[in-house]
Amino acid sequence: MVDIAKFKPGTVYVTYIATTPEQVWQALTDGAFSQQYFFGFRVEVEPRQGGAFRLLYPDGRVHAHGEVAVWDPPRRFASTWTIEGMGEFGELPECLVTYDIDPSGESVKVTMTEGHSWDIPDAILAGGRSGWPAVMSSLKSVLETGKPLSIANEGPPPGMVEAVKRAVAEKPWLKSATAGSR
Amino acid sequence: MSKPKFVYVTYIRTTPEKLWAALTDPQTIKKFWFGMTAEFEAKAGSPWRLKFEDGRTADSGEILEAAPGKRLVIRWRNEFKPELTAEGWSRCAMEIETADYYPDFGGKAVKLTITHELEGEGTKFIDAVSGGWPKVLSNLKSLLETGDVAFQK
Repeated sequence: MVDIAKFKPGTVYVTYIATTPEQVWQALTDGAFSQQYFFGFRVEVEPRQGGAFRLLYPDGRVHAHGEVAVWDPPRRFASTWTIEGMGEFGELPECLVTYDIDPSGESVKVTMTEGHSWDIPDAILAGGRSGWPAVMSSLKSVLETGKPLSIANEGPPPGMVEAVKRAVAEKPWLKSATAGSR
Repeated sequence: MSKPKFVYVTYIRTTPEKLWAALTDPQTIKKFWFGMTAEFEAKAGSPWRLKFEDGRTADSGEILEAAPGKRLVIRWRNEFKPELTAEGWSRCAMEIETADYYPDFGGKAVKLTITHELEGEGTKFIDAVSGGWPKVLSNLKSLLETGDVAFQK
């Protein structure tokens, strides 16, 4: 079972969508739906805590895999992510992506939190910080207008690949794990 | 050490011209900013003010930069919560860019980046705007894409 307490928020993105919690839940957990707004990626998820989670490229290759940490429809969905097929990216510690879905007046507040278990540098967080706004903006457009934005996935921002290679070489998460409380 | 700041990016199906018009037209601002009245001219040096529906001033300041369709920068101070006013001046930059997109989907989008940075020290002002901007910008996006806001309050 995933120990969600060890993940601290690295990036948080909030959007308000004129829809229902059930619609947001479906959009986040249904493969055909996610393909519309998530750079063409298909979500595959076993609908239970401890189930398998995968995010597939449009051609079927695996982009990320992990485990369902929280399955609480239609309020909270969390899973771990490990990146595949991008060299050193796959050797980073898994992160935790949590979606909180809260009714807010006539709309629904959706909070995406990318959590990390180690002191991750900004240069690596920059990847998610460039991608999540596009994904979440397109999610809102699909649910409100039926049409996604389909913003191009620009790939890792400048400096990110180098920062990942450095982290994988130095493995700072092993040090912080053995250092205990500071 | 970097200054306390909040950054938010949203992509909107619109044009830079329409987005600029929405960000600078008081009638449109009132719709997506929960009834707030904005008083300013979109040119550098203009005084800037946001008022509640009952006429009280919420925030005040000055336009620092106004490049139509590209960038609006406001020097900004809270005027209605003493603990926020006490943290002093901030700088809010609104930047508009055209986003790359997959042509076969035809989903052309405009990227809006809000960077709101405190000039001095403190956390309360940035905490407050971190809660407010996602609501205001979600409403702005809905208004431009659907003609209606996501919610009223």
